[in-house]
Amino acid sequence: MTSLTINGRAVELDADSRTTLLDALREHLKLTGSKKGCDHGQCGACTVLLDGERVNACLVLFAGCEGQDVTTIEGLKEGDDIGAMQRAFVSHDAFQCGYCTPGQICSAVATLKEVERGDASAVTGGDQIELTRLEVQERMSGNLCRCGAYNNIVDAVMDAGGEPVDAEAGR
Amino acid sequence: MNDIIKGKWIGKPLDRVDGPLKVSGEAAYAAEHDIDAAIGFIVESTIANGSVSSIDISKAEKVEGVIAVLTHENAPKMKPWGDGADDRFQQSHGVLVDAAIRHYGQPVALVVAETLEQARYAAILISVIYDEKTPKLGIDRDDSELADGIDGGLEETNRRGDFEKAWGESDLTVDLNFTTPHMIQAAMEPHAAIAEWDGDRLTVHNSTQVIDWGVGCLANTFGIDKNNIRLLSPYIGGGFGSKLGQHYETILAAAAAKKLDRPVKVVQTRRNLFHDGPHRSRIEQRIRLGATKDGTLKAINFETWSTQAIGHPFTEGPMASAANAYRCDALHWTGKTRETNETINDSMRAPGEALGGITFEAAIDELAEKVGMDPLEFRLKNEPAEDPASGKPFATRDLVDCLKKGAEAFGWDARPKEPRSRMEGRKLIGYGLASAIRGNMMMEGSCQIDLSSSGHLTVRMDMTDIGTGTYTILTQIAAEALGLHPDDITVELADSDNPTTSGSGGSFGAGTSGSALWNACIAMREKLAKAGGFNIDPDGIAFDEGAMQAGDRSVPLRDVLKDSDGFSAEGSIEPGDEHDDYVQNSYGAHFCEVAVDIDTCEVEVRRFVSVFSAGRILNRKTARSQCLGGLVWGIGGALREELWLDERTGGYVNRDLAEYHLAVNRDVPQCEVIFLENPDPKSNPIGTKGIGELALCGAGGAIVNAIYNATGKRVYDLPVTLDKLM
Repeated sequence: MTSLTINGRAVELDADSRTTLLDALREHLKLTGSKKGCDHGQCGACTVLLDGERVNACLVLFAGCEGQDVTTIEGLKEGDDIGAMQRAFVSHDAFQCGYCTPGQICSAVATLKEVERGDASAVTGGDQIELTRLEVQERMSGNLCRCGAYNNIVDAVMDAGGEPVDAEAGR
Repeated sequence: MNDIIKGKWIGKPLDRVDGPLKVSGEAAYAAEHDIDAAIGFIVESTIANGSVSSIDISKAEKVEGVIAVLTHENAPKMKPWGDGADDRFQQSHGVLVDAAIRHYGQPVALVVAETLEQARYAAILISVIYDEKTPKLGIDRDDSELADGIDGGLEETNRRGDFEKAWGESDLTVDLNFTTPHMIQAAMEPHAAIAEWDGDRLTVHNSTQVIDWGVGCLANTFGIDKNNIRLLSPYIGGGFGSKLGQHYETILAAAAAKKLDRPVKVVQTRRNLFHDGPHRSRIEQRIRLGATKDGTLKAINFETWSTQAIGHPFTEGPMASAANAYRCDALHWTGKTRETNETINDSMRAPGEALGGITFEAAIDELAEKVGMDPLEFRLKNEPAEDPASGKPFATRDLVDCLKKGAEAFGWDARPKEPRSRMEGRKLIGYGLASAIRGNMMMEGSCQIDLSSSGHLTVRMDMTDIGTGTYTILTQIAAEALGLHPDDITVELADSDNPTTSGSGGSFGAGTSGSALWNACIAMREKLAKAGGFNIDPDGIAFDEGAMQAGDRSVPLRDVLKDSDGFSAEGSIEPGDEHDDYVQNSYGAHFCEVAVDIDTCEVEVRRFVSVFSAGRILNRKTARSQCLGGLVWGIGGALREELWLDERTGGYVNRDLAEYHLAVNRDVPQCEVIFLENPDPKSNPIGTKGIGELALCGAGGAIVNAIYNATGKRVYDLPVTLDKLM
């Protein structure tokens, strides 16, 4: 039996020890918002927040999540309404088919947090990290989007992060 | 010209109506329907040619939770592959029918268990002994035959004009051999299906671009009537051609569900999908072009050699990019193919032009350089007055406008005149351009609309939304035609119980389904006008803000509706004669800047400006997104994507998303997309043309031409990876 918190709710599940966090969510807990694109940690569609940090849920064994706190795309809603990052994705048309989108949004939420607390990326120049398009592109490159919504994803993340976005973009 | 469309809703950059469902994870894709299903896991063949001589499933059957193991020895009866229909999408896709193996990865068993973990584990306990024959793999020019037609409606040969004469009269010629690699669509959602039977009635939830073809395939595979099949696919995690037809997960889920008399779900693994779905095959291309000294294009000859899978006739035609592009005295092409044990070769986004848009546009640049003309000037000079392939008139033609507009917006004047002449630090800078041309197709479709007494409209058809924005544009079309607010419209798609349409593919979806809906709305307007007491042509009545208005008379729709049972109407569309009498295309022009690292030869695409003319734009936001996506595919296709065929086994070596390189966020610059909004009345009643594939056509061509301008080196073996620039 594994006990953990998912989207603020206490959950207990007795899953096969081979079950990944992703399969536990999708196949056992009916939380199908987290997507399986590759099951190998290569596409990012399954990205969720584990104790606040982004992880590929397909690479995490469910039994190892004892006592941890998981936030999935379903947990990013604000009451009955979609949350701020989700709204930004809609208004900037930062997706097409929508299958990579939950992972993109979870990654985007983590990206803003990582920049705010000063985690450097491969493109960070000086000591001061700013939310630039390049920083967002670099940090979001672990989430593949075959529809090719990358420009609009950057717009959405910048907008949700309070940065101005070119008025032409996303219109 | 359509005078009813005022642009109140059509064209507006409306947010996707299905957006909130998608960003909250609530849209249910194929594998996500809440159905208590057993789980199937596919066991793949590890040979490409031969047969299964024995298969031992005894260990797998003993695994806890395993319900059944299907093999060719015990699977429910299916028709042999290819039965029942001539077309490759609706023919039987019977699997586990016999012991024969045609391609690597072909399923040899399906393990069905209570959980995925159990099924996956049991699958590795199955041992198969094969009677293996040497597989036939790869292109062999000496063992090739003329294709039986080329995808996109092209003949396998074209012989317009006297090529030898025109070639002989040319002062300057190029004779180039290109290869484009095996590639894969790699939609983010792997193919998945949940199937259940109720007696003879089969219900399938899966991920399908064209519902009607899918029903036809299931009917032919299981030998049942189409009316006994319901296929649903409301949300599709990308298609790009890979979901035009049915694939093993669907057939096996249906077979297992029949055998076990309970619902079965099968999801292909990403690794399986490289073999068990379609891909794009490698193509060798010889392009010969000739021009006179003044830059007049005289002769085009485009030959291709490719492969096709056994029992799956499909030949892709990069020559499509030459068919309608530039004036010339002679235009010849030949498409040859060879049937092999390779995996299924089929459409991948913009089949034909996605490849020719690189190779042919590169060859044109090379000829322009020999002539000594700027590549833009050369293209403008060779603008045709009529279609070079057929001699027919063009329905519309604004390639020149696209090129001129793009050149201005990009600043083409500042292009380095000589290759390898501009440096910034340790980077070589180059500019490139290419034309974009994609055939504009229309199909048949029909639509049912119901307006309730409370004023809510429901639109029903079996059309699909593969991420293109169909739900949204259909909402806008109905809102425009009937003067309703989008919030008062529900669009229900991708259910085989709804009226039949083309589905999504070949960029024909929006025009076909949108026109069927438009015609249904016209019929509805007539009914409402009559009910409202108008005695004039309904086209003269303005439907706006929930009211009908003509002259000084205005009738709120609610007055007509309140005491009624509601109103229903149907509409349909089929391609008009103008699709035979005229050559129809969407057009565009790409301008691109690259920076190539002089030490590592890494290519950075720095800037993209692209202009597109695709008739009336239905939604400027989602249309732009489609075009941005095409540019991303252009970057992937020119620089990254390549599947490596193992010519010993017939499998692909790099069968995952770490080794098969899609373009990622960092690979893509901020792109500028400009539309020339020229509604085309010859295309369909709403004046649209295909847009989903247009932006990909030529995007890679602009990149490779920019790389040549930057480095002075041209790579003929795509993709242009850095090792080839060393």
